[in-house]
Amino acid sequence: MLTAILALAAVALALSFVLAIAARVFAVDVDPRAEKIEEALPGANCGACGLPGCSELARRIAEGKADIDACPVGGAAVARAIAAIMGQDFAGGGVRRVAMVMCNGGDESARRRFWYNGVRDCNSAALLFGGDKSCAYGCLGLGTCAGVCPFGAIDMTGAGLAVVDPARCTGCTKCVDACPKGIIRMVPADRTIHILCSSHDKGAKTRKVCAVGCIGCMKCVKAAPEGAIAMDRNLAVVDYEAEIPPEIAGECPMKTIHVRKLDGLADLDAAAGGER
Amino acid sequence: MMGRFFGGVHPDYNKDLSRGKPIETMPVPGRLVVYLSQNLGAPSKAVVKKGDAVLKGQVIAESGGFVSTPVHAPVSGVVAAIDTFPHPVGTDLPAIVIEPDGNDRWADGCDVERDVDALSSAEIRDLVHDGGLVGMGGATFPTHVKLSPPPEKPIDVLVLNGAECEPYLSADHRMMVEHAEEILDGAALFARVIEVGRVIVGIEKNKPDAIAAMRERAAGREGFEVAALDVVYPQGAEKQLIFAVTGRRVPAGGLPMDVGVLVQNVATCRAAREAVRFNRPLIERVLTVTGRAIAEPKNLLVRVGTPFEDIVAFCGGMSGETGKIISGGPMMGVSQYSLAAAVTKGTSGIVLLRRDEVAQFVSDACIRCGRCVEACPMRLDPSTLSILVERMRFDDAGETGVNDCMECGCCAYVCPSRRPLVQHFRRAKAELRAKARKAG
Ligand code: SF4
Ligand code: SF4
Ligand code: SF4
Ligand code: SF4
Repeated sequence: MLTAILALAAVALALSFVLAIAARVFAVDVDPRAEKIEEALPGANCGACGLPGCSELARRIAEGKADIDACPVGGAAVARAIAAIMGQDFAGGGVRRVAMVMCNGGDESARRRFWYNGVRDCNSAALLFGGDKSCAYGCLGLGTCAGVCPFGAIDMTGAGLAVVDPARCTGCTKCVDACPKGIIRMVPADRTIHILCSSHDKGAKTRKVCAVGCIGCMKCVKAAPEGAIAMDRNLAVVDYEAEIPPEIAGECPMKTIHVRKLDGLADLDAAAGGER
Repeated sequence: MMGRFFGGVHPDYNKDLSRGKPIETMPVPGRLVVYLSQNLGAPSKAVVKKGDAVLKGQVIAESGGFVSTPVHAPVSGVVAAIDTFPHPVGTDLPAIVIEPDGNDRWADGCDVERDVDALSSAEIRDLVHDGGLVGMGGATFPTHVKLSPPPEKPIDVLVLNGAECEPYLSADHRMMVEHAEEILDGAALFARVIEVGRVIVGIEKNKPDAIAAMRERAAGREGFEVAALDVVYPQGAEKQLIFAVTGRRVPAGGLPMDVGVLVQNVATCRAAREAVRFNRPLIERVLTVTGRAIAEPKNLLVRVGTPFEDIVAFCGGMSGETGKIISGGPMMGVSQYSLAAAVTKGTSGIVLLRRDEVAQFVSDACIRCGRCVEACPMRLDPSTLSILVERMRFDDAGETGVNDCMECGCCAYVCPSRRPLVQHFRRAKAELRAKARKAG
């Protein structure tokens, strides 16, 4: 019994020397700045920067191989913190960009062309006639975008629409890539006027399939300041650089123009009820 | 050397509804919608414009590449529009709309008999291309491409596909009973092009009259034989058919020519005779209109471009409440949300099911029972594949063989959890295709 214990103790002692030597021989120099930068990053490991995770980005920034504002999620605040760690200046900033689903045709406004009984995923549904929505450009409402959002920023309304909460959205653009309909756009978070439609169909066709779709009548284009709203193949598109007064919403006969309130999320909650 | 392939299922065949009905010719409808996508591969390019007058058999769209075919006017008339329409494969695609002038007049040079014995094999192959021939079993692969194997892949057997294993369909069955001689005449032309002496017709045993008719006509032809095959779905799938009649196994990812075989559908053979011998391009086809939601099931000869709506009306309309409209057979066909689509060269049937025949179900998680593995004729593991797709691990699904899936539906048919397996695999294939395109 005693010999067994002594033998094990001897082995343990020998191995501890081996480990001590290995620790010196194989030591990896970790840039202390990389560790600090990693702490400053959001730690979501969302991959929006194009790298496998936050620690990889931290390492690259410390090595000077990535920009200090390479994390789209962290935005200006994180970039400023990293700039301080790196002893650099960070002048940028500007307005945060958030995702927005450019469709307001929920079930009460747009029809379903057929009864879909397949995989509950927008990409799968789009394989069959582009999905069951009457409008070829409309949100299918199966929530693939909500599923990929690492920040839980997308809610599905009872009417089958995806709605991004600008307060929770970090601007990582994952949802933009995931949507088979290509109807999610990145918009400046401080803008209030949005045209919630993506249909390039001619007006007569749009009117048939959706009660709130842009019919290309150009009333908003004429009422808005010069160049602030432009037509792109039967669809009115807002230039987010321009200032547009909220009264513009009243010009649209289809009620497609949405005025987003910036104080709180009351309007988004109302959206769940179907009116926005 | 007859074999029974691995896997497969035994669905209810339901062929009694239409198999006894002789082929009927449907009158030309008031408007024809002729898609530019009539073949697998590149779509054809329109060469007419709105307002043009066209004659029957005139080329209205040219080949869009080597793996493509020309499209011909199915009737004489006027081009009323060129626009997108719902295509039976499940997307909206461009089509040429023709309004018939009532004369049904052939273009110059069409409908004239040729001396086929004087033709070289290259000339026959060119005529097959010019006639717009595609695989009429549903795959619509351009026939001239199949007839051009590379020299290092010699072919020694031509297999005629008369299995028609899809439930409900009986168009090929009727064709073999009524037009056996013409099918074999066309097959002989194919045999000449690829220089093979052996032609085997594979027919499932549930069509004894077709087997008898084809045997009778094949008897006088050197090297022709008819094989009666076990009744199991998908007996008519290319690889499974080849194994059943020759015992040869096409490797995963391989083609029939890798084992020295060329497969042609029986309807394609007949179309080849029409195109080569009589210079009548592929502008019509036989299809089965069936199911318990159609008043009178029929086997119909219709012009390419005939809207489903007119066909259903010609068959007495729908009876009872329709639950599902399928272009093709119930196993591999595509559900339609309306009757707006029109017949293509590959439309083998229209199946209308009553609402009470259509199972409504919710799918569940995989219980790993392994039934799908036993059923898959391609020896895939649909259970693992579907789980990979659900987790959006498309690359892993690709490595696990999802591209070998032929979408036969056997796995989904046997799955007790009612998992939408085929849709998962279609999605994975679409994602992998998109990725390959991006990578260039
Ligand atoms: S926005 Fe796109 S991904 Fe999101 S639910 Fe609508 S269709 Fe699906
Ligand atoms: S809503 Fe879109 S852009 Fe915003 S955090 Fe979620 S996935 Fe990223
Ligand atoms: S659909 Fe694909 S995976 Fe399923 S049984 Fe057929 S070949 Fe196998
Ligand atoms: S048959 Fe269905 S439940 Fe059974 S292993 Fe296959 S996928 Fe899973």
